[in-house]
Amino acid sequence: MKLALLKELQREIAGKQPCATVTELAGSRQALVTTAEVRGDKFLSADQLAEVRKRLASDRSGVIDEAQLFVRVYTPAPRMVIVGAVHIAQALAPMAKLAGFDVTVIDPREAFARSSQLSDVNAIVAWPDEAMVEVAPDVRTAVVTLTHDPKLDDPALAAALQSPAFYIGALGSRKTHAKRLQRLAVEGFNEADLARINGPVGIDIDAITPAEIAVSILAQVIATLRAEAI
Amino acid sequence: MTTASDPLIQLDRWQAEGRKTALATVVSTWGSSPRPVGSHLAVSDTGDFAGSVSGGCIEGAVVAAAQEAIASGQAKLLEFGVTNEMAWEVGLACGGRIQVLVEPVAA
Repeated sequence: MKLALLKELQREIAGKQPCATVTELAGSRQALVTTAEVRGDKFLSADQLAEVRKRLASDRSGVIDEAQLFVRVYTPAPRMVIVGAVHIAQALAPMAKLAGFDVTVIDPREAFARSSQLSDVNAIVAWPDEAMVEVAPDVRTAVVTLTHDPKLDDPALAAALQSPAFYIGALGSRKTHAKRLQRLAVEGFNEADLARINGPVGIDIDAITPAEIAVSILAQVIATLRAEAI
Repeated sequence: MTTASDPLIQLDRWQAEGRKTALATVVSTWGSSPRPVGSHLAVSDTGDFAGSVSGGCIEGAVVAAAQEAIASGQAKLLEFGVTNEMAWEVGLACGGRIQVLVEPVAA
């Protein structure tokens, strides 16, 4: 790899831009493909470039063109937005960070959002409807609401439903969740929208403690992320 | 994921210190293998390394090949696995097979 290309690659990664390197396995020429352009000394045919862009979109590194070229895709870390800096968030935020997520916690209550257990994640001290505008969830973002306070959860869920977030989950019992769906339906969300919300949140592992519930939520988020990638 | 780019950051640090480096990358896997395609191992000319291509089974051999690549300036495609006829004295205990590309970083 040429040093200049390595520097450009690092600049794209630091700028959180998806990109891919394309490398000759029997030579040394290399291209850097971004969403906008192709750089480097390796010329790519239209077919090759189409295949690289397909892999870039689905985050799949691998060999192409009868194993002559290797495509390494670099995508920014998936994000997890947690609404409510509650006990479960204090377990979920560090676990999600360890699993490679870029974690943001939203809570308008200063004392909660600034708790020492959450000192190394992004905290937004604001009401969820304002904070969600700032966060702008995309296809690589998971949104998890944990307050089970409708004042906080509902606006966050409404914003998540209006976004392409790959995962939406809401903490609360079946009863709480049923009432929540009724309120969101009144706000104009249809059945297909509401089906996007995982509630009660997480996979069923009979979790009891905040850490166990965090494991069950993180497992469901990862399962959804990986299923989407295929 | 962010962790995947850490070996690249390490390469940059070594380069800034004036050291020669190489980048090893898993390009294909067959059967069970411990690290996915795209996994990076950054190697310096003095044998320091960061990242992983196998979870420990073949790192030693890859580091040695990377130092050779730094010396020769030539990239090399390595293959490891149970079907490999002792080309290397190491293999994958899990029974998988992987191909690793070793590229020297050149000006």
